[in-house]
Amino acid sequence: MKRSYANRDLIQRLGFSLLTLLALTTVFPILMVVGYIIKEGAPAISWEFLSAMPRDGMRAGGILPAIVGTLYLTIGTAIFSVPLGIAAAIYLSEYARDTFLTRLIRIAIINLAGIPSVVYGLFGLGLFVIFLRFGTSILAASLTLSIMTLPVIISASEEALRAVPQAFRTVSISLGGTQWQTIRRIVLPQALPGILTGVILGLERAAGETAPILFTGAAFFLPRLPDSPMDATMALPYHLFVISTQVPEMPFQIQYGTALVLLIFVLSMNIIATVIRSRARAKRQW
Amino acid sequence: MVDKIVIENLSLTYAEGNESLRHINLKIAANAITVLFGPAGGGKSSLLRCINRLNDLTDIRLLQGKILIDGQNVLDPKTDVIALRRKVGMVFARPVVLPFSIRGNLTYGLELAGEKRKSRLDEAVERSLKLAALWEEVKDRLDDPAVALSGGQQQRLCLARVLANQPEIILLDEPTSGLDPISTGKVEAALQELKHQYTIVLVPHSVQQAARTADYAAFFLQGELVEFGPGRDLFTNPKDKRTEDYVEGRFG
Amino acid sequence: MNSIRKLDWQEFFIPRLIKASGYSAILFVILIFFFLLRESLPTFGEVSLRQLFSERWYPIEARYGILPLITGSLLVTIGAMVIAVPFGIGTAVFISEIAPRWLREILKPLVELLGGLPSVVLGFLGILVLAPRLRILLDLPTGLTALAGSLLLGGIAVPTIVSIAEDALDAVPLAYREGAWAMGATRWQTIWRVTLPAARSGVLTAVMLGIGRAIGETMTVMMVTGNAPVLATRLDSLFRPVRTMTATIAAEMGEVANASTHYHVLFFIGMVLFLISLAVNLAASSIVFKAKKRAERVLS
Repeated sequence: MKRSYANRDLIQRLGFSLLTLLALTTVFPILMVVGYIIKEGAPAISWEFLSAMPRDGMRAGGILPAIVGTLYLTIGTAIFSVPLGIAAAIYLSEYARDTFLTRLIRIAIINLAGIPSVVYGLFGLGLFVIFLRFGTSILAASLTLSIMTLPVIISASEEALRAVPQAFRTVSISLGGTQWQTIRRIVLPQALPGILTGVILGLERAAGETAPILFTGAAFFLPRLPDSPMDATMALPYHLFVISTQVPEMPFQIQYGTALVLLIFVLSMNIIATVIRSRARAKRQW
Repeated sequence: MVDKIVIENLSLTYAEGNESLRHINLKIAANAITVLFGPAGGGKSSLLRCINRLNDLTDIRLLQGKILIDGQNVLDPKTDVIALRRKVGMVFARPVVLPFSIRGNLTYGLELAGEKRKSRLDEAVERSLKLAALWEEVKDRLDDPAVALSGGQQQRLCLARVLANQPEIILLDEPTSGLDPISTGKVEAALQELKHQYTIVLVPHSVQQAARTADYAAFFLQGELVEFGPGRDLFTNPKDKRTEDYVEGRFG
Repeated sequence: MNSIRKLDWQEFFIPRLIKASGYSAILFVILIFFFLLRESLPTFGEVSLRQLFSERWYPIEARYGILPLITGSLLVTIGAMVIAVPFGIGTAVFISEIAPRWLREILKPLVELLGGLPSVVLGFLGILVLAPRLRILLDLPTGLTALAGSLLLGGIAVPTIVSIAEDALDAVPLAYREGAWAMGATRWQTIWRVTLPAARSGVLTAVMLGIGRAIGETMTVMMVTGNAPVLATRLDSLFRPVRTMTATIAAEMGEVANASTHYHVLFFIGMVLFLISLAVNLAASSIVFKAKKRAERVLS
């Protein structure tokens, strides 16, 4: 008996060590990637790099048009996907009953979340660029990114809405509130931090995507800022792809610098979302 | 005695769950406390939720009969349920304060109806808090979050919140079930004051509370109304064997 | 009362608008399917099925055999899953069952962070850091191989697997574990014999969605797999350049003329990817629905 207990103990210890090792091997490269890009990219960052146009076939100068372009695309994506996504989440959490059609909506959302990003690119090309004649433009790219982002926003928002206690709704209705008043005055404000977190995480993904904008709005090189939604635009992820694969004799520093700016753009969204979430949890009254 | 609410042959079955009501006939007097009591699952809460149509939020398989308030059948689909719920306020078993300030909780119902005038809102806050015997305890911190109040204070705030709407009928579903005896006493005392102006329907959380508070009492058992009468008679001299057994604690 | 009436237009329009938004998800799936179909159907008039499923992809000479692209995608995905499944599930078990609270609070956001890293950044590091090392380490002519793609793709699939598997493990009622402990099982035995089996449908879903994520990934594989459309059927194909379906679309769509045969075939590949992701996600969600039904039976 004694021996078998010792044996079990040993197996457990071995098992736990193995799992710890697996977890650390998963996490360690993430820190390496971030650390390495910061280390190699930091020397490239200067005011000129952030505020100037590219020169010498992108081998010198700054990356302003790519930064501004990614900003435009992110905002454009938000304009379409945020209202639609939140409204869809409200429908699923507050109005929809468990019917066949509701299940169909849920399956559709799961599938939208799984469609490869390059397929979204094809769809955007077929529908927005060609069929609706938007051309390769910020508008077409933003719409494409919006539909890709939609499932993330819907899922996160629905979860946040469902977390609001049912009793608040019942009380509001019993005091003479309509369903919409109840949603607008209680449910939405209480779910807002959760919704915001989901929205930012969705937009973070959109900001870092390349494949959906390849054929819908990304410009290889554009030595000026876009001045209408119908213009094509440079974008940070696509620019990084271009200068690391398409341009010979590209200085490493510019490549790492661009990667770092993209990383900062995306990570700061991630951090903002995390901060909103943890602050809301601390302040929550239920 | 005026009958404020007349329930005629009311039957109810939910799509899920066991609680139901069968052929209920009951007259509820104005300016009195009518107590609906009996073992859990007897249909008391369901009846309350029919009176203010809160059951609209639940899946119902069958609903028959009439509930007349001032002669109007509130189960009629054409009823303005928003107006009905303003006229018939409800306090729930667990104190549910909304995630606002104390003041925000009290003005919520009026704001829903579009009241924006600050003087009216302030007046309603003070009046309703006084009626619920909470004014002295909170008058200096009306803008504090309502969750900071104790459980007993929260439940009186919920009562005040209903009163701010100036209802005619107040439904209370085991309002003191989570409270200590002192808080319970305060709520009961407030109800005794309120009954002079309002019609009160109370589901008590114990037979003792039923006996203490009832002007009229109705004993419910498994969806049926077994016995109804003035509180005095029903608790001291029940006519039905089942009522007697329950009141004397032989089951429940 | 007057002011309530003023709200009537809101009460009328907003719920309808909200409902329409809810149904938009179905509309978008249909739209995507329709436009892929519309642009890919002409393929069948222009390229024979036999050619389509042949071994040679060389659009300049009008050779449109997509077999090498399919095998390329499969090889890279399988390689990625060999890495991502043990690491993903192991990390999920570690986070949910073993790690102390403070470590969990650090690990979870870190894994989430990996999920948020743009794939183009990983591809970029793959070119500059990973591929040269692989080339030297394994003595290959080039480091841009299926192996490099699998390694990075594994990293991309891990966060998907971790977060879904961890949710599933978290959802296992504490009572199950307490029952096992009460019978004298060690924590390790409890994990293996009780917690993981109880969460198996969620873990399976996690793996399925991880596969979906890997097979659809584009930029990273396009940047690091060397992009040679050769049939990858043997194990040592791992150490050679390959090309996936996603990379082919991304690399070539920019340069084709609208409505040309090449254009239609690229849309056809997109359709294949769409159907694969549809199948993977339907399978994954049917696992979830079945598991829910089972849980309802057990609980009622």
